[in-house]
Amino acid sequence: MKPLSDPETLAPAEEAAVENPSVGIDQSAGNFSYDVTYEFDAGTGLNEKTVRYISSVKKEAQWILDFRLKALKTFESMPLPTHWATKDLENIDFNKIRYYLSQGQKPKRTWDEVPDDIKNTFERLGIPEQERKFLAGVEAQFDSEAAYSNIKDIVAKQGVIFCNSTEALREHPELFRKWFGKVIPTSDNKFSALNSAVFSGGSFIYVPPGVKVAQPLQAYFRINAENFGQFERTLIIVDEGAEVTYMEGCTAPKFSTSTLHSAVVELVAMKGAKIQYITVQNWASNVYNLVTKRGLAHEEAEIKWIDCNLGSRLTMKYPGVILKGRKARGEVISIALANDGQHQDTGAKMVHAADETTSTIVSKSISVGQGRATYRGVVHIPKHLKGCKNNTECDALLINTNSRTDTYPAITVRGDQHAVQHEASVSKVSEEQIFYMQQRGLTEGQAMSLSVNGFINDLARQFPMEYSVELKRLIDLEMEGSVG
Amino acid sequence: MPASTLPAKSTIGSFTAEAFAEHLATQNGNPTWWLERKRAAYEKFASLPMPARTNETWRFSNIGTLALDGFELTRTALIADYPAPPNVGPTAAALAFANNAIEKRQPVSDTLKARGVIVTTISDALVAHADLLRNHFMAQPQKLGSEKFAALHTAFVSDGAFIYVPQGVEITEPIVISHYATGANKAVFPHTLVVAEENAKVTVLDYFVSADSGTHFACGANDLYASHGAQITYVAAQSWSPTTLSFQLNSTVVRRDARVQSLNLHLGARQARHESLSQLQAPGAFSEMLALTVATGSQEFDQRTLQIHQAPNTKSDLLYKNALNDSAKTIFSGLIIVDQDAQKTDAYQSNRNLMLSEEAEVNSLPGLEIQANDVRCTHGSTTSRVDPEQLYYLQSRGIHPKAAHQLLVFGFFEEVLNRLESEPLHAALRELIETKLKT
Repeated sequence: MKPLSDPETLAPAEEAAVENPSVGIDQSAGNFSYDVTYEFDAGTGLNEKTVRYISSVKKEAQWILDFRLKALKTFESMPLPTHWATKDLENIDFNKIRYYLSQGQKPKRTWDEVPDDIKNTFERLGIPEQERKFLAGVEAQFDSEAAYSNIKDIVAKQGVIFCNSTEALREHPELFRKWFGKVIPTSDNKFSALNSAVFSGGSFIYVPPGVKVAQPLQAYFRINAENFGQFERTLIIVDEGAEVTYMEGCTAPKFSTSTLHSAVVELVAMKGAKIQYITVQNWASNVYNLVTKRGLAHEEAEIKWIDCNLGSRLTMKYPGVILKGRKARGEVISIALANDGQHQDTGAKMVHAADETTSTIVSKSISVGQGRATYRGVVHIPKHLKGCKNNTECDALLINTNSRTDTYPAITVRGDQHAVQHEASVSKVSEEQIFYMQQRGLTEGQAMSLSVNGFINDLARQFPMEYSVELKRLIDLEMEGSVG
Repeated sequence: MPASTLPAKSTIGSFTAEAFAEHLATQNGNPTWWLERKRAAYEKFASLPMPARTNETWRFSNIGTLALDGFELTRTALIADYPAPPNVGPTAAALAFANNAIEKRQPVSDTLKARGVIVTTISDALVAHADLLRNHFMAQPQKLGSEKFAALHTAFVSDGAFIYVPQGVEITEPIVISHYATGANKAVFPHTLVVAEENAKVTVLDYFVSADSGTHFACGANDLYASHGAQITYVAAQSWSPTTLSFQLNSTVVRRDARVQSLNLHLGARQARHESLSQLQAPGAFSEMLALTVATGSQEFDQRTLQIHQAPNTKSDLLYKNALNDSAKTIFSGLIIVDQDAQKTDAYQSNRNLMLSEEAEVNSLPGLEIQANDVRCTHGSTTSRVDPEQLYYLQSRGIHPKAAHQLLVFGFFEEVLNRLESEPLHAALRELIETKLKT
């Protein structure tokens, strides 16, 4: 959600809290930061020294350092993709960004061990005490390092490994090295190369064969320092017939200068496995959110991305699935809301690489004020395959006269054994609907909110309950003042 | 130009400064503005690089095969047996060009002439109707990637069709323009310019064909201008030889309450690039953009379209259908742009691909850029094969599988052909399609 005013002029959070009587949520929540004393700080700018520093602080094996250094070279040699992407990328000053900050504490096992000030942060972010108890595990990335992780006994007992990337690469290299950087190669794009050079934090999960993790695993990311780029790396491997749902949320207070978030998320679903990955992104409106997410689905496996983008200045994110095994399924559900000053450049990528693979993309975007929502998609079916199917639907809702939306799909199909369809529509909120609701006593704003919520309702329902409730509230907030 | 600054051979190919000087010499006596435009165009052509892999406007295109080498210019028409243009019944006028020079003409009737209708060559128009030509010839921006080839066209074009229909004149019978290429390695630059003044009505068939099986380089353009309330129906049938490299660059301007229907039939060439730009400039403007492609062998058809809604209450409707056999490849890249003030826009864009072989390749990029909220914009893209259920149904009615298959493929094209008002045009195009499908 967007802050009401410049955070630097805000009084302490308690005083600044603005209760909104109509929706009952605190608009300034999340809009604050703490003075944190960092034990390790890689300083601003990026060069070989920065990378070596990060690696030595993390006491990494030689192969990881080599991997990072190679990635740095790749990053430096690749141009910004501005021949197709927005020129706004040129406003990122890579030399002013901090690439690593850490308090140096080890990941904690229990809630009690989490430092009070960090606990406080979570408190303010409104993760209720009650809700915590239901969470299967929390891996919260406070700046670079995971500050708290609580793997519920039951998950560990099932043999599930859930830890941060540093720990995983140190303690389980045999499990993670095999797939690390394999789904998304370093040179996939400039920002995946950047992440590969400076990554820290993020979750590594391994689910053994046949294990179905009942509760969703969660991670929470937050940027707490100005000019800090956050580069988490997540790798989830779900072995044969196993299932897991992972949720991540992210927020950041608004600083006076822009900051960068550039994550890499790799999913591997072995034969018959199922992965559902849910993201609710609500960075402050000066964050560049440039994320690469891709899953590899083996035979009869299923990977589903549910991706919801509300915040940030510019988001470029196209979750993808490589359908590598026969009958693999891929799905992307995308919701994007772009308000003034925001550009949500989101979409999906489906690469069919085996017979009878199916993929579905459903994207809904809402542009408010001068916000711009872009759908960009790739569907690729190479030759000598049989029975592949893709269905893509993109709907865009434009709220104000100067709102903007773009749709740029790219579909390649070889051979006559497939069925691929793409449909997109652009519309505004129906005047008749608004009139009807006003006639029944709703204000225009309430009617508008209801109508917009209706537009995404069928997708929002696929989120876990607490997320969909939050989503609804956030939309109510965004819609305020958008009419008239 | 000093030798060191000469552009690399590959970026200009056969179209060297000497070749241009030679061509310019043939243009002596034409108005200065024409020569100036040609000089500027040649400079632009020579300075622009060839399309690169990273150009979004050339995404998925085969760039390595765009070589401009080995072609020669000639104005000498080689007398041969020119294939007759498709039979569309009685015509209002006809022009036939062979290798850039006028070969045959059927002038407009005296009645039409008396009402001010002009159907003539560009070389004649340069003398008699210079102002009209100057205002409309290649006057619109190139936005779809082929700036270089548009400049090449302007630099080397020597003739083409000039059609002018004055205010209120309706011509019911079609005007047929044929462009022939003949002889090995000949470069041709066909041009057709159509200006329909207020409430005028005209139908034009542009027919592009190789008179022999030689390799040709065809770099053509057409400008369509529909003034207030005018109606233009423009049908282009492209049937170059299977080794030809072809560019067709279209620009359509639609003014208040005017309507332009264009249908492009693509059959020939080794690699054919077609760019179509529709500008809807005033309320009530309507552009209907249709295309049919029969891609066989290793042909590549590369179609790029842009519908720009620049005013409120405008409408555009695009339907591009491709049928692909063998290892043929098609690219459809379309974009609808709705400008900020173009409220109440109604825009549609649809690309349908019928796959008839396991080796064929379809690339579809239907795009939207919408900056106004009170609009109705939709697009769709589908790629599939002949529906086995429909095939089964026809077979169950006693139709041989092969015939049933053919019927369904013809049926695929009928949806587009049915949009044509003129029955003879419809029949002529259907015949061209069937001839290609059966070979």
